[in-house]
Amino acid sequence: MSDTLPLSIVNNRRLEKWLRFDPDRTLHLAVGKVEIGQGVLIALSQIAAEELDIDVDRVNILAGDTADAPDEGSTSSSQSIEVSGRSVRLVSAELRSRVLARLAQRLNCNPADIAIEDGAFLLENQPTGHDYWSFVSDADYAADITGSVVPKPPASYRVVGQPVPRKDLIAKVTGAAFIHDIVRPDMLHARMLRQPSRNAQLAALDKAAIRRAAKGEFRVIRLGNFVAFVGPDETVVQRAAVAALAHARWEGARELTPAHGEAAWFVDQPSDDRLIGDAPATPAGEMVSAVYSRPFVAHAAMAPSCGLAEFRDGHMEVWSHTQGVYPLRNSISEILGLPKDKVIVRHAHGAGCYGHNGADDAALDAAVIAQQIPGQCIRVQWRREEEFGFEPVSTAHRTRVAAVLDAAGRPVDWTTEVWAGSHVQRPIYGGLFLAQEALPNPPPPAKPGDPPEANGGGGTRNGTPLYDFAAKRIVHHLALSTPVRTSSLRGLGALPNVFAMECFMDELAERAGMDPVAYRLSMLSDTRARHSIENVAARCNWSDRGPVGTGKGLGLAWARYKNKAAYACVAVELEVDKEIRLNRVWACADAGLVINPDGAKNQLEGGIIHAASMTLKEQVTLDGAGITSLDWASYPIMTFSEVPEISTEIVHAPNLPTLGMGECTFGPTAAAIGNAVYHALGVRVRDMPLTRERIAEVLGRV
Amino acid sequence: MNTELSVNGHSVHTGADPSTPLIDVLRNHLDLRGTRYGCGLEQCGSCMVIIDGKADYACSREVGSVAGRSVTTIEGLAVAGKLHPLQVAFLEEQAGQCGYCLSGILMSAKALLDRNPSPSRADIVAALDGNLCRCGAHPRILRAVEKAALAIRAGALS
Repeated sequence: MSDTLPLSIVNNRRLEKWLRFDPDRTLHLAVGKVEIGQGVLIALSQIAAEELDIDVDRVNILAGDTADAPDEGSTSSSQSIEVSGRSVRLVSAELRSRVLARLAQRLNCNPADIAIEDGAFLLENQPTGHDYWSFVSDADYAADITGSVVPKPPASYRVVGQPVPRKDLIAKVTGAAFIHDIVRPDMLHARMLRQPSRNAQLAALDKAAIRRAAKGEFRVIRLGNFVAFVGPDETVVQRAAVAALAHARWEGARELTPAHGEAAWFVDQPSDDRLIGDAPATPAGEMVSAVYSRPFVAHAAMAPSCGLAEFRDGHMEVWSHTQGVYPLRNSISEILGLPKDKVIVRHAHGAGCYGHNGADDAALDAAVIAQQIPGQCIRVQWRREEEFGFEPVSTAHRTRVAAVLDAAGRPVDWTTEVWAGSHVQRPIYGGLFLAQEALPNPPPPAKPGDPPEANGGGGTRNGTPLYDFAAKRIVHHLALSTPVRTSSLRGLGALPNVFAMECFMDELAERAGMDPVAYRLSMLSDTRARHSIENVAARCNWSDRGPVGTGKGLGLAWARYKNKAAYACVAVELEVDKEIRLNRVWACADAGLVINPDGAKNQLEGGIIHAASMTLKEQVTLDGAGITSLDWASYPIMTFSEVPEISTEIVHAPNLPTLGMGECTFGPTAAAIGNAVYHALGVRVRDMPLTRERIAEVLGRV
Repeated sequence: MNTELSVNGHSVHTGADPSTPLIDVLRNHLDLRGTRYGCGLEQCGSCMVIIDGKADYACSREVGSVAGRSVTTIEGLAVAGKLHPLQVAFLEEQAGQCGYCLSGILMSAKALLDRNPSPSRADIVAALDGNLCRCGAHPRILRAVEKAALAIRAGALS
């Protein structure tokens, strides 16, 4: 069985890594996937409660802790329910089965005769006097998980599939709840002076001027080009960090121009080139193509990153809103020269996380400082400008789609060609932390990579269309360097690729003289995809869609995230006056078994709004030494007055395996907006963001 | 130099320098850590508190400027352990994802409902437009504020 076990179990075989019944009649559930705003903890709690037949309120979950919770890598790529959920289900079913087998021997009955009611064992509806808390033994906890126990059939579910409310939201609407709010004994506040770029050297730092501005006590920690202001009063170190910007002189910083911020910049760059899919061919037929792009975009989390670290007696303890406590622990251990068993990383909640943001960097900042000031807790809080200026951003991404058409105007040969920087430069993929480049003897620059196709790819994500075309391929030009540090952001290449491919499908439909939905369905045999499209088309009254060019538009697009996770179809109704105004959005997703339908809908809605914001408004601008969009005025996101009405539906498919859905609406939303803008205006805007200026520019060209 | 102000109905003296940002006094001197730092630029609304009945930013306002005035933070919403109808409605609607924006949004919403117990959807949108939410929980948040307004009106009638 072990070869079919989820990796999470293979890496954490003992039951005690996951489950423990505590004396206060609770269940301690430990997992490696963490809460990053997606509501995963309640879903995992539901799965354990279901398999063990205990009340879900009894589940206390510990998520992300290298001392006390299993290693499940990173919380990314919509894998939490698919992987961690499957693991929790198998582990819980196995513990239940072990315990019931032993109890049945004791009671001289069949395990199937024993019923469980909120953790208490009943035989013929009578209490046996035994429950999990009295009966689970050390031998149970010490056992290796075999994965051989068959979990409950979905038809019997009572907790899974229910909209159980999240427990963590209570603290979040009443007071302290986040890493930023942790208070430790002997805590010192720290702010960073950031090296503007790799290789920039701090030529001068006017400490006297900084001290005059800070008006209080603090220390300067300087190690090469790593500079921090550390002291007991947060207000003072904040003033010091702000003042330092004007009192530090750097030499040798990189020099960028606004052109570096455009996707077109990547076309001329040295790249690692790959062909994925069918060999190049030149079938007979008309060849058409179009180029689409998305600029660099930011995670732009609501909270600037934060990290805490304490170094006592040779042990480093770190708190972080990282996506992966174990990978971060390994990096800190290696960078600071501490044995792995002397470093503990604990997860604490941060603001919504959509990929590799500044969390890990802030944690390492804190650990570097803590090593210099043993015995005290160091709390590093990034400033807003620092968050925008130094978090890894998602690479600009250019997609050219080309199709050879048959006589009916349908593609027989399809090529998706991508030019982009790396979509993932997490340290486990060879990426570097900011502090590493600032400390003495920085490592050589990272060679950018991308996730393998088996993991959904990076720049190539969703690049292979799922339509029934005879030949399909991706040509990927992965740039060997990027103007600023890039890494993962919700969906990686899926949003720009689906935007390009699904907008192009509308272009091809028009060329073929067909309705865009009918055109798609004529080449799509995947029944789950068809169902989602038909569901949305019916709900948005697609058949009554008016003519092109009235100023009002209705557009539709779909994708199956990573071509293997959840299906989603999205339709957008908008109007274009001076600005694009989204009025309504309809979505349908098929994610197989859904653990918590309300949490899932929250994810669908959030993905739609996030993608709409990115499509209409967002662009990281570059100039000088780096990023120049450093606040919410220069990096605007969607506001309450711009958010459309959203209607979501989830396909009821409890007998099919769960498919990750946190990112499934992302690409379809972008493309549906692109298609709706075309429907409204009769012109195709192929470069995001679809701002007023961009639309005016395109209208001016026609 | 001492600054005296009222926080959540209690008179408070702080020895913090009057130029200290209100948010730092609340979080670090008074241990009220539900007021959140987002930008320090009055652009995101994460730090919103209510000052003399009006929603206002705590991030860049100096504590000296609120001397003698009344400040309400997220910790002042619940009374004697009983959640405010807004908090109840936000939990019922599961109106949040990461939740970082919520305390500022709740304070903006409370200031609105205190002055206008029957807001239209447009009134709510206008009152919250200075609060950013990155996760896209907006539709639920709007529903929750409407629900809380209904609950408050029903309570006032009963």
